[in-house]
Amino acid sequence: MTGCAPEDKATPQLNLLDGGTKGGRIEEEIRRDQASLSDEFFSEEEMKKIKILVDTIMPKDATSPAASEIGVPDFIEFIMKDQPAHQTPMRGGLMWLDFESEEKFGKSFLALVHEELIAIVDLVAWPESATPEYEGGVRWFNMLRNLTCSGYFSTEAGWKYMDYKGNQPNVWDGVPQEVMDKHGFKLEEKYIALYLKPEQRGKVAKWDKEGNLIG
Amino acid sequence: MPMIPARLSMLTHPINNERGVCFFCSQCNRACQVYADFSAGTCLLNPAMKKGKVDLFTNSMVRKVTTNDQGKATGVSFVSKVDMKEYKLNSRVVVLGASSCETSRIMLNSKSKTHPNGIGNSSGVLGHYLHDSTGASRSGIVPSMMGRERYNEDGVGEMQMYTPWWGDNKKLDFARGCHIEYGGGMGQPGYGAGSGMESMRKYIVDEFGKPSPNGGYGEGLKKDVRQLYGASIGRAGRGESVPRFDNYCEIDPSMVDKFGIPVLRFHYNWTDQMILQAKHMQDTFEEILTNAGAILLGKKQGFETNYGLAAPGRIIHEVGTARMGNDPKTSVLNSNCQAHAYDNLFVVDAGSFVSQADKNPTWTILALSWRTSDYIIEQLKKKNI
Repeated sequence: MTGCAPEDKATPQLNLLDGGTKGGRIEEEIRRDQASLSDEFFSEEEMKKIKILVDTIMPKDATSPAASEIGVPDFIEFIMKDQPAHQTPMRGGLMWLDFESEEKFGKSFLALVHEELIAIVDLVAWPESATPEYEGGVRWFNMLRNLTCSGYFSTEAGWKYMDYKGNQPNVWDGVPQEVMDKHGFKLEEKYIALYLKPEQRGKVAKWDKEGNLIG
Repeated sequence: MPMIPARLSMLTHPINNERGVCFFCSQCNRACQVYADFSAGTCLLNPAMKKGKVDLFTNSMVRKVTTNDQGKATGVSFVSKVDMKEYKLNSRVVVLGASSCETSRIMLNSKSKTHPNGIGNSSGVLGHYLHDSTGASRSGIVPSMMGRERYNEDGVGEMQMYTPWWGDNKKLDFARGCHIEYGGGMGQPGYGAGSGMESMRKYIVDEFGKPSPNGGYGEGLKKDVRQLYGASIGRAGRGESVPRFDNYCEIDPSMVDKFGIPVLRFHYNWTDQMILQAKHMQDTFEEILTNAGAILLGKKQGFETNYGLAAPGRIIHEVGTARMGNDPKTSVLNSNCQAHAYDNLFVVDAGSFVSQADKNPTWTILALSWRTSDYIIEQLKKKNI
């Protein structure tokens, strides 16, 4: 579907001994993932609605892509199959969109123009100001917003947007000195001798005959 | 408050030429690719198998320990998950390391004429003294940490800091103690990243002091999620509970699993001591977080919810059910983790514990199983078993 399936991205072999994992799946899990990926939950029309909604929640801006450009609709589709408890509430909300659009504008949701679409979303997007009859809709939109965020920020583009600095080749040496200085912190004297010294990371330990560490 | 760097079983120097060294990828929970992070499979089984004296049977669900009329364990009977057929393995010694409750389940299911209540259960203690840690937590958002400078906070693995209780124990109204674990930081955004904006977004204020509205959508939402990244902190208390005979597991006579093996059912209640311990955790967290300038999230757990005391088993460090002791009338195993009932049957998981400290029994399990292994070798050489 999207090139994000486990089989599509071969992970590099880093094992030192035979049989190291590929960071992947056992047979049972592969079969489950494949079943989930080949089954279709959302109809074409529902997927169109999802695409519009996730792009409203996480739109394109000057520095980052829209949610539909980085696979968020497919992610939500997968989650529906991986966690079936979400199916009924999600589908219910998507159906409600058409009902409300008919009531307010005499058209189905997909036939609305942008301002009309936003007017419908606004009924359920703001928990503090939503009127009581939209309480169910608010809960549905909260779920959709949370899933969209999960799908968005767990991608490479999402990491870039958050400016996540981990999972990069590095030799970790604790909090950078500038940051410590800025907040007025110092490392505790008594631990300094015990901390990992990056330049010693390659030295193989020496053991005596009883298995005691001697260097 | 003592803030101690947490000790982890992760190599930062090479100990030999076979296991690798941590290179800070922070994917520990997906199995360490270079075997720097300790795991029984990679660090114990792998080297043992390389010596060529181990036959490893996988996908094999053990049903029971088999025994003979001469008072010996003779092996195990298992179901192969591959063909769903029953097989038997014979051996001179049987060592159970299935994890506390499962080991007891196997022993309880090993009924015979001589052991109608399950192997090693003449004391009636097998399955009893089930023991897990207490747990309660609270989290908050620190405004001064919003939108903070980015740097690598993955470090070496997951648990980074640890605080053992430091106050005056005489002033406490409950037994035993606890420690605090910490969550938060600019870790890898994954499933769940950016969630909770329906209630947390209002804590972000702009330069004029105007708070964002809860919920919403759009570019403003994106920016606010980024602003909150790394600003939330969590406190989780983990404490020692009082072991009780009446906390136990037993075979459920009415249910079997998909292999036809009778399952366990559990009986476990926290004492009032543990509820008071949880209350103390909540009071402590509130004090710490407030003094750290955090906005506390959610409502403080109170009497109605046992102060957020986690349900028994949720802290997933259960020990016990095959407790060791000198008296066969009140214990299952002796001090060598050898069953009182059968001298060639051993237990090397946490089933032998009579209780534990706050949690983290693994190193003790390793020490005990090493000691038991040495004992088995010595007994085999002497032809005692």
